[in-house]
Amino acid sequence: MRIRLAALLVGTALTFGMTFAAMAQDKVTDKNVKIGVLTDLSSLYADLGGEGSVVAAEMAADDSGLKAKGWKIDVISADHQNKPDVGAGIARRWIDTDKVDIIADVPNSGVALAVNNIVKEKNSILLDSGAGSSELTNTQCTPNTVHFTYDTYMLAQSTGGAMVKAGGDTWFFITADYAFGHALENDTTAVVKANGGKVLGSVKAPLNTADFSSYLLQAQASKAKVIGLANAGGDTTNSIKQAAEFGIVKGGQKLAGLLMFLSDVHSLGLNVAQGLNLSETFYWDANDQTRAFSKRFSERLKTHAMPTMVHAGVYAGLLHYFKALEALGGNPHDGAKVVAKMKEMPTDDPLFGKGVIRIDGRAIHPAFLFEVKAPAESKGPWDLYKLVGTTPGDQAFRPLSESKCSLVKH
Amino acid sequence: MSINLQALSAQLLVGLINGSFYALLSLGLAVIFGMLNIINFAHGAVYMMGAFCAYFLLNVFGIGYWPALILAPVLVGIFGMLTERTMLKWLAGLDHLYGLLLTFGLALIIQGVFQNYFGSSGLPYAIPSELQGGINLGFMFLPIYRGWVIVCSLVVCIATWYLIERTRLGAYLRAATENPTLVRAFGINVPRMITLTYGLGVGLAALAGVLSAPINQVRPLMGADLIIVVFAVVVIGGMGSIMGSIITGFALGIIEGLTKYFYPEASNTVVFVLMVLVLLVKPTGLTGRAV
Amino acid sequence: MAALTDNTVRTTSRRIIGDEMIVFILMTAVLAIVPMTGIYPYFVMQGLCFALLACAFNLLLGYGGLLSFGHAMFLGTAGYVCAHALKVWGFPPELGIVAGVVAAALLSIVTGVVAIRRQGIYFAMITLALAQLLYFIYLQTPFTHGEDGIQGVPQGKMFGVLDLSHPDTLYYVVLGGFLFGFLAIYRAINSPFGEVLKAIRENEQRAISLGYKTDQYKLLAYILSGTLAGLAGSLKVLVAQNASLTDVHWTMSGEIVLMTLVGGLGTVFGPVAGAFAIIAMQQYLAGFGQWVTVIQGVIFVVCVLTFRRGVVGEIAHYFKRSL
Repeated sequence: MRIRLAALLVGTALTFGMTFAAMAQDKVTDKNVKIGVLTDLSSLYADLGGEGSVVAAEMAADDSGLKAKGWKIDVISADHQNKPDVGAGIARRWIDTDKVDIIADVPNSGVALAVNNIVKEKNSILLDSGAGSSELTNTQCTPNTVHFTYDTYMLAQSTGGAMVKAGGDTWFFITADYAFGHALENDTTAVVKANGGKVLGSVKAPLNTADFSSYLLQAQASKAKVIGLANAGGDTTNSIKQAAEFGIVKGGQKLAGLLMFLSDVHSLGLNVAQGLNLSETFYWDANDQTRAFSKRFSERLKTHAMPTMVHAGVYAGLLHYFKALEALGGNPHDGAKVVAKMKEMPTDDPLFGKGVIRIDGRAIHPAFLFEVKAPAESKGPWDLYKLVGTTPGDQAFRPLSESKCSLVKH
Repeated sequence: MSINLQALSAQLLVGLINGSFYALLSLGLAVIFGMLNIINFAHGAVYMMGAFCAYFLLNVFGIGYWPALILAPVLVGIFGMLTERTMLKWLAGLDHLYGLLLTFGLALIIQGVFQNYFGSSGLPYAIPSELQGGINLGFMFLPIYRGWVIVCSLVVCIATWYLIERTRLGAYLRAATENPTLVRAFGINVPRMITLTYGLGVGLAALAGVLSAPINQVRPLMGADLIIVVFAVVVIGGMGSIMGSIITGFALGIIEGLTKYFYPEASNTVVFVLMVLVLLVKPTGLTGRAV
Repeated sequence: MAALTDNTVRTTSRRIIGDEMIVFILMTAVLAIVPMTGIYPYFVMQGLCFALLACAFNLLLGYGGLLSFGHAMFLGTAGYVCAHALKVWGFPPELGIVAGVVAAALLSIVTGVVAIRRQGIYFAMITLALAQLLYFIYLQTPFTHGEDGIQGVPQGKMFGVLDLSHPDTLYYVVLGGFLFGFLAIYRAINSPFGEVLKAIRENEQRAISLGYKTDQYKLLAYILSGTLAGLAGSLKVLVAQNASLTDVHWTMSGEIVLMTLVGGLGTVFGPVAGAFAIIAMQQYLAGFGQWVTVIQGVIFVVCVLTFRRGVVGEIAHYFKRSL
């Protein structure tokens, strides 16, 4: 009797012990991943991010090869409506109740910075591709954030530097009159001067100006070789359209769009946009790999548009994330730990090539200066760019020596 | 700052172009207000519809700029009349604020739907070949199309003024505003007049939209911010007189143009600041009657 | 012309107070136990901020008959000032809130003097234009950080003891702020001041002929409304830990109108219900977010055409009670 009781006790203990061991094992080999694509599905950034970013995330999940190895990957998405409150609310809810592991894309700097604070507080991950603010990896950097694709500092370096080298050594800026525009103008000015160029003047145009002709007349009168457009979205497209009307490019001046995307150029049309210079880190027609990806991408997308660099960044960033998870042997649901692994492993993907993610969270890859083709040179609706110059990754982004990120030890 | 006369006259001319849009839009608002006593919050949205309409006429039906200049305002005007018949009509007798709220809702719907289907970066619309290029005026390079915008909107504004202030139809209209019951007693179909007036006001906004399509990117939100500036124009000018709203529109365009030259940072706010000043000095607006 | 709202139900004043008291106690009780129910507290806190905002707006429109289409300017101004005070000047939260409220109060005095000069739709257009003016100013001023907004605002310890980074503590502080504002508005509505305000709404000329200086009453209502909207803005900063341009944009002003309209103009509880409905819609419809603006527009149109009393107004009308 006593022996039987002892045996029972031992048996129970063993069973419990094994269950615990199994549970502990489960923790390491948890192979469930949930990706939340937080983007602008309805307004300003819907074309450069939006539905395309969701498709890019799904493609990354499919192409990672993890599903075949027994992983379960869910992709959910939501529209932050360009409101930091709404975006932050969704991010909180995703992390707290939906157990989302990583929040991807997040165009709109205001929303991205708000989400940036939340992922840090809750030890989740922000993989940003759509936002331009270089503060994400500078003063506001966190151990939970990775910034892919581009930022305003890089745009200034690439466009400013490469254009001066190509002979555009006198500049005039038309600047959106708020923090973003000022930063873009100041960064570009510094690069232009460092490369031996001169800035002849600038004019601050309020946001959402419908008519840029006054500013364009001033830029024309300045006789600068390059007119830098330090603005975004509708302001940029309107200023380019009206510059064509005033014959600015035909008059020999060059336009440089400091923040423009493939989707903007496509919607402007080559007639208007021809001769425009702009920087991107990805172009669909760059090589066989990018073409193959872009073909599959546009087939999956409702509008059949070609991917922008933001879409490419979502895809490549998530691929790298999956690699880190695989190297960890499972999903530890520990944001900082995964991000540390992502920084430890060099990046290598078909779209951006080889690169690294720096300690401050900045993904490093080359930047390209493109010129928009003339209608006669273009062979199709998406054949828009020709390559003018390349800035290597280590020169394109803010060097760590200038960084104000708390993770960087000087 | 030394005043560069050449640059200054260029800015004045550019201001006049913007003034053309303000004038057309505030004229439409004034026409609608005069008859229906409501402020049409959807005015920015129908302006946008005018531009989109021109785009579709060209790209779907192959109908060019010149026919679109007539067709688009008519089509959008018909759309306006339908909304008047199906919705606005039921608000007669209620507080005017309900009209404002209803049209605000309409504006959200129209802009939202267009945004869903056409994205936000917009669609291109080329300048008609007859009006491409420009003339060197000595002090500036004036694109011919811009000159055409000024001429066209001036003609339309004056024609509208003539229609309302000088013709028999206009007299009925004005009478119906004052005393609808009496006018009905003379055998005039007042509800139909209201519908047509709304259509006219909306059509004017759509015309402004078509005129602007080759200049601005055709975007779903192109009218959303513009309409707030036009509201300020209307508050400054007062909606009492047709001519008043036309003149104020052009004048404010010019003032804004000058601001762009002297202090560009304030060019988006100057109209609002003027509005505050006018309200402090003459609350009824420059030409307005008390409401 | 028919009055703006017909939500006033003529019953004896004692019964009105009775009904409203019951609903108020119910509402407070429900809100007080929220943290224990497992309902997502962040959502409720956001809802409370907007509820207070809508109540403040309702004071002006529902009782004063003045439609402000620029109420976001108070929300945003208080938010920016509060966030700046907390983050840059290192104010404790209670002083940060006060700073935001004071800023909104000052703004309401300045804009009120201008806006109150016209009525009806002119008033709506003027407030809209003033708010747009402010939007551009905030966009261009460096301290707001433009599109980035003021981010990562520290929540701190209220009165040195209440740790606001703890969700439950924060919740009760926000609830306290909301109830304070709600009761202030309730008190104002049921005071002689509120009666005069309603008289002005019904017939301004008559009120003038009775010897009331109606402009002063309207201005006072405007300032009170703006100040309490500022309180909502300050609280919202503590909840969201950021202040951004969206809070001063005209779309926000439109949403405030919509909340109040859906809930019921000129009802005591309508704006609260409306605010929660619209916020829930924004948060939970975010999945097919493309259509959020369109849905909002449709609600506007449907409300104005068929449902002018709003949800709470309809209920109150059905039971012939005042809520």
